[in-house]
Amino acid sequence: MDGHRFRSPLGRAMGLGSAKAGFGHWWTERITAVALIPLSIWFIASLIAHSGSSYEAFIGWIGSPITAVLMVLLLTTLFWHAALGLQVVVEDYVHSGVKIWLLLATRFACFALAAAGIVATLRVAIGVWTAA
Amino acid sequence: MEHFSSKHMRPLSPNIQIYRPQLTSVLSIANRITGVFLSACAVILVIWLIAAASGPDAYLRFHDIIASWPGQILLLAATFAFFLHLCGGIRHLVWDTVRGFELRQIYVSGWIVVVASVVLTVVCWSASLLIAGKV
Repeated sequence: MDGHRFRSPLGRAMGLGSAKAGFGHWWTERITAVALIPLSIWFIASLIAHSGSSYEAFIGWIGSPITAVLMVLLLTTLFWHAALGLQVVVEDYVHSGVKIWLLLATRFACFALAAAGIVATLRVAIGVWTAA
Repeated sequence: MEHFSSKHMRPLSPNIQIYRPQLTSVLSIANRITGVFLSACAVILVIWLIAAASGPDAYLRFHDIIASWPGQILLLAATFAFFLHLCGGIRHLVWDTVRGFELRQIYVSGWIVVVASVVLTVVCWSASLLIAGKV
């Protein structure tokens, strides 16, 4: 993330503005938030549409290429957004030596969960594709 | 300063506990609480996908847990938290465009967030129960 995009050359030369990665963090949180609006609404609407449906119907839905792509996008964006948000929460409220470990743990957990969710989605989708 | 305050154990600003809760402050912290809660719910989302990938038996076991009373209450809480975070997030994105900062506008948008979250939660659950044929 290019954190210098919104800083003027003069401001940069004079050393004004954030010294760290604050801007990139803030901006990425917004990008993922905007992306999550349609993705999360699509997800909730799809879940409602599948209320009470069978395992087979549900698997067939995840297995359709569009659903699989959107699900991977949702998982990526969601856990990216969660990682950024949880980081701020830890930074604001945890001030002991636990802080660095919590920051590491939340970040690792978000990446691991995103990876696990994506692999599970692909496993379902590939199962449907090879069966067809 | 550090030395001074630690010596006399003075209270740290902003002394949250002495403030009367207001819509603005409650919604501000609610956005964080729902964010953390939804992160925990995202773990359940991944477990659900893994269950689906593991086969019908694992999926049905997961489904039974969600269909139980505690599961349904958790799902209802997750739905409301989702809409509160979504609407609150959109409110934040509007603020990012430097709009809606008048005191009256802040309260109007705050109440819109609260009412919209309740209405959307009710609409979603009604639709879901109707489609599932439970009403």
